[in-house]
Amino acid sequence: MLLFDAIRLAFAQLRVQKLKSFFTALGVMIGVMFLITVVSIVAGMGNYMRDDLLGKLIAINSFELRQRPNINVGGVTDAERRSWRTRPHIYDYDLPAVADALAPGTLWASYSQNGINVESAYGTPRRVTAYGVSDQYFTIKRMGVALGRLPSPQEYALGSPVVVIGKDVQDHFFPNLNPLGRQLRVDGVPYTVIGVAEAQGSAFGMSFDGFLVAPDRAPIRRLLNPHGVVDAVMVQSASAAEIADNEERVREVMRARHHLHPAEPDDFALQTSDSALAFWNKIQHYLVLAGVALPAIGLVVGAIVIMNIMLVAVAERTREIGIRKALGARRTDILRQFLVESTVLAMVGASFGVALGFAFAKIISALSPLPAAVEIWSVVLGVSVGAGVGIVAGVYPASRAALLDPIAALRQE
Amino acid sequence: MSQHTAETPISSTAERAAVVSERGRAPEGRWVIVTRGIQRHYDMGGEIVRALRGVDIAIARNEYVAIMGPSGSGKSTLMNVIGCLDTPTSGEYWLNGTLVSEMSDDQLARIRNKEIGFVFQTFNLLPRATALHNVELPLVYAGVSAEERHRRAKQALERVQLESRMDHRPNELSGGQRQRVAIARALVNNPSILLADEPTGNLDSATSEEIMKVFEELANTGQTVIMVTHEPDIAAHARRVVVLRDGLVATDDRREAFTERAGL
Repeated sequence: MLLFDAIRLAFAQLRVQKLKSFFTALGVMIGVMFLITVVSIVAGMGNYMRDDLLGKLIAINSFELRQRPNINVGGVTDAERRSWRTRPHIYDYDLPAVADALAPGTLWASYSQNGINVESAYGTPRRVTAYGVSDQYFTIKRMGVALGRLPSPQEYALGSPVVVIGKDVQDHFFPNLNPLGRQLRVDGVPYTVIGVAEAQGSAFGMSFDGFLVAPDRAPIRRLLNPHGVVDAVMVQSASAAEIADNEERVREVMRARHHLHPAEPDDFALQTSDSALAFWNKIQHYLVLAGVALPAIGLVVGAIVIMNIMLVAVAERTREIGIRKALGARRTDILRQFLVESTVLAMVGASFGVALGFAFAKIISALSPLPAAVEIWSVVLGVSVGAGVGIVAGVYPASRAALLDPIAALRQE
Repeated sequence: MSQHTAETPISSTAERAAVVSERGRAPEGRWVIVTRGIQRHYDMGGEIVRALRGVDIAIARNEYVAIMGPSGSGKSTLMNVIGCLDTPTSGEYWLNGTLVSEMSDDQLARIRNKEIGFVFQTFNLLPRATALHNVELPLVYAGVSAEERHRRAKQALERVQLESRMDHRPNELSGGQRQRVAIARALVNNPSILLADEPTGNLDSATSEEIMKVFEELANTGQTVIMVTHEPDIAAHARRVVVLRDGLVATDDRREAFTERAGL
């Protein structure tokens, strides 16, 4: 018997017993549904991480020079952490040397951040993440203003008490007011609001709009970088190809300034978006493992249900098997017939599961901050998982059917 | 159905004795079935039941033979062996020039598919399949293409005058019609032998006559027919009657001798 005949027969069997088939395939359907949901959400989070979140945390084609990494790729030992604490800081007097070493056309900006108490006449005092930045910061971050303007070169040079604020800061301290030109007291020092940054959005329910940015020479420096300590220097290369070159240049300068022996490791961190992505990939790995392990339990139950129903089907159709054998069906023909039947059953269930999984993922992403992405490869995954379950569940009943003695099978009522 | 032609002659006792005695040698082409000392023993929980105790039968092409015997005589076992559903414990079984008594399960399945057309007492049609699909079934396992299957199945149904009911399922057909579908299914692969097991056992006498007429016609057109029955009046339709008793051939005669003895 050809495979095609077996498949047609399996679909005919499915049609005859629609309700029974539905309940048989229900376990696989639900298992695959959750599998697809999890895969869609993890994939959605991955896309989000790469495209949105990292773009906001770390600018394009850039890396950061830091005393120690702030995005840690798991597996950091306590000893390493302790050694990080004893490293020398990056100071503002390191900046000219670093800037001089960079390839032509490279942009750089230093920044320091801290949570600082902020007050205005219109809202309750609140802690806001304050950044003291050098002049290329907004360019590198590709951050524009929705209202007003960015600090001018003179304001950077003079350290004028001006701030650009985020959308959330505007809403809290200046409700229903035009904040431009109004005063914001940052740790008691009055600053003039000159601009409101474009909304940066949020990730996982965490807003990126609760910040204020001031020139690094503004009085705020006493709080952000006492003793001239700078949190990080962003270095943005003109192209992706130059990143490695600039990293080498910065490494060379910093090692020289820290008088490191060639055998000694770096006592500073060069953090790229790759290292942050590696961090995400690690998380994603565990998410996928957990996300696959849970539906797998459902699939095992689904497989057992199918196996049971197929055993019942073999018992019910013993006479049919006897007839087929009498008419010339070989063992492989019978084996194939029942194997194809259980596989088709599981695959049909899995297909419905894939469709429901996508729908479920969409509903979750609509009702919660979790993003979801429909990946075409997950359709293939879902249906092949279904086929696998069907084959595994069908092997035992099908081999029982294939080994039936035709005489005994024909005699059965 | 074809024209009623003259009855085909049966093999003579002497010819049969000769071919049966030639152990280990393939019989000539005219012999469809030759069994030499076939034994079949069953192990029923330690006790050996000897269902067949050395059966010698030779059946030539175009013969119409009835195998008779009371229950327990071994006729069902013999039918299973002849039908390649079972293999003998010892002895030779030559079917159409090939020794099938030593074959594997899958080889036997091929032989059943190509050489044997079964007609059962209980019809054994697939209940959910149409008459046409039931008749197509042996062709499915022979690997025949869908169109060819359809054409040949239709032809076979025409031979039993059921082409008008080919889209009906077994439960929409009368007993006689069901048995005719089963006969069409048995014929569709042009088998060497048509093997009928109590073909009229589930039918009333009028329908039985109708079915026996179908067998008669088939025998007259040259089909080898072997019929297992325990009813003497049904066996009397065959040209030759083999009577089994206690796992051995008791008598193997022309019909006339049998009917005389049975007082029919």
